[in-house]
Amino acid sequence: MINTQQNPELAVIGGGPAGLAAAAAAYDAGCKNILLLERDRELGGILNQCVHDGFGNFIFGASMTGPEYAHRFVREVRRRPGIKLLTGTMVLSLSPERRLTAANPEGLLTLQPEAVILAMGCRERSRFQVLLPGYRPAGVYTAGAVQRLINMEGVMPGERIVILGSGDIGLIMARRLTLEGARVLGVFEIAPRPGGLTRNVVQCLDDFSIPLYLSHTVTFLHGKKRLEGVNVAPVDEKGRPQSGAERFIPCDTLILSVGLIPENELTRQAGIPLDPATGGPVVDQDMATSVPGFFACGNVVHVHDLVDYVTLTAQRAGRGAARYLRNRKTGGEARVMAGEGIAYVVPQRLSLPADEAVDLYFRVQAEQREVRLQALHRGTVLAQKKERMVRPPEMLRLTLDPSRLSGLAGGDTIEVTLKGEAVHESKA
Amino acid sequence: MNPKREFTCINCPLSCTVTVSPGEAGLTVSGHECRRGEEYALQEYTDPRRVLTGTVAVDGAALPRLPVKTDGPIPKTLVREAAAALSRIKVRAPVRCGEIIVANFAGSGSNLVATRDLGPDLDL
Repeated sequence: MINTQQNPELAVIGGGPAGLAAAAAAYDAGCKNILLLERDRELGGILNQCVHDGFGNFIFGASMTGPEYAHRFVREVRRRPGIKLLTGTMVLSLSPERRLTAANPEGLLTLQPEAVILAMGCRERSRFQVLLPGYRPAGVYTAGAVQRLINMEGVMPGERIVILGSGDIGLIMARRLTLEGARVLGVFEIAPRPGGLTRNVVQCLDDFSIPLYLSHTVTFLHGKKRLEGVNVAPVDEKGRPQSGAERFIPCDTLILSVGLIPENELTRQAGIPLDPATGGPVVDQDMATSVPGFFACGNVVHVHDLVDYVTLTAQRAGRGAARYLRNRKTGGEARVMAGEGIAYVVPQRLSLPADEAVDLYFRVQAEQREVRLQALHRGTVLAQKKERMVRPPEMLRLTLDPSRLSGLAGGDTIEVTLKGEAVHESKA
Repeated sequence: MNPKREFTCINCPLSCTVTVSPGEAGLTVSGHECRRGEEYALQEYTDPRRVLTGTVAVDGAALPRLPVKTDGPIPKTLVREAAAALSRIKVRAPVRCGEIIVANFAGSGSNLVATRDLGPDLDL
């Protein structure tokens, strides 16, 4: 059956924190005909399973749980009558001409919105995306799957647990499983430093005396039906397991917290260029992608450590899409580049004229103390700040004041750089 | 007298290792780079607290578990006992976000509250 749905002016794909904030902001900026499509049975996205607290510290100054944070934005969206919400609806295809096909229990749906906001989030790296030799027994899960099972379905995955990877969700699940009565035998991280935030290492592992083994990995899975144990080993500086140093740990469950990947299948279908450094689309300061009419926000653009920043950039995308529907910028564009010591910067380009403050979000390549972070244009400093310590898991931000951006011309380059700050200078 | 203890400050990426040592003249704090580190370590030494989050069983709802939290930080020494007490609670839907499930939960002085709306359908 073909489902007939009136064409919205703006379609938002994804009803997590990014899609919700983007839809509300687009509405407030003047777009009154919006359709939000969500494949799950309810709005809120991954926040619904994140029952721990720590959300909203940055923008609300209060620590909320995931469901509470989601609730706030679901309420905002429901309050706006021009936003139509379709849950249980999965977008199947998206063309560069913004022809969108979706499916739900009513049937197929084809739409031709004038603008689209991509807010599909990210997904977890699975066992097949990291090298895990051995058998393929039951009992191997990603951290997010375990989080959903425990917090929403009421199912415990196992009793004796080993966690591979020290991403934030893995750390949070170590605490959660412990409080639910399971035994977490250890968290094994291949890198010499933890992948998650310090707050989570302290409050999720140290609080419960759960050991964290840095520069270690899982080298073999045992068990034909159910997992019976894993081999673990220390690794050398190149991440190679040291032969002869393996040991066996009996366990029934292995949880993987080994990274997140922006979910960009639809983005690729629409012919939107991606940035290899982020895994997400190249965007400008309004979160407009390089294909006219397509915007993107949240973890689909790059993986964030705090939902607060997802909300802020999603609001930009919503306002940007509403403005695009009224009039378009025609002043050319400047490039934003990751300079020395910087892993990536979002946005990757600025559409001109840049008449509002621009936030540049970025990560460093390696941990470093006492640094100066600068945004440079032809040798002139547009914005800078000093940090006592920078780490790859913690996202950084520089805000460019619009008064500094009036001299930008099409084809110009802004570069974000990191320089070691001499703590004490003296002449020999 | 309590022994001296070390804490990793969680306020910023610097992650200072802050030492609190008891002495004749009271507690001495060292290793912190700013005031927040000092305050954090003193709090952790004298009265560490955590907000407990988790879930409880719920009947008559679209999901089998209702997410909950303590509405204030509770003493860290109570966390395990309070978490175990969650498994003995069962509520009946509908429940509203912020609704008190148990007042003065586990004697902590904080209430246990629901952190989402939950009814027989997902659109309460």
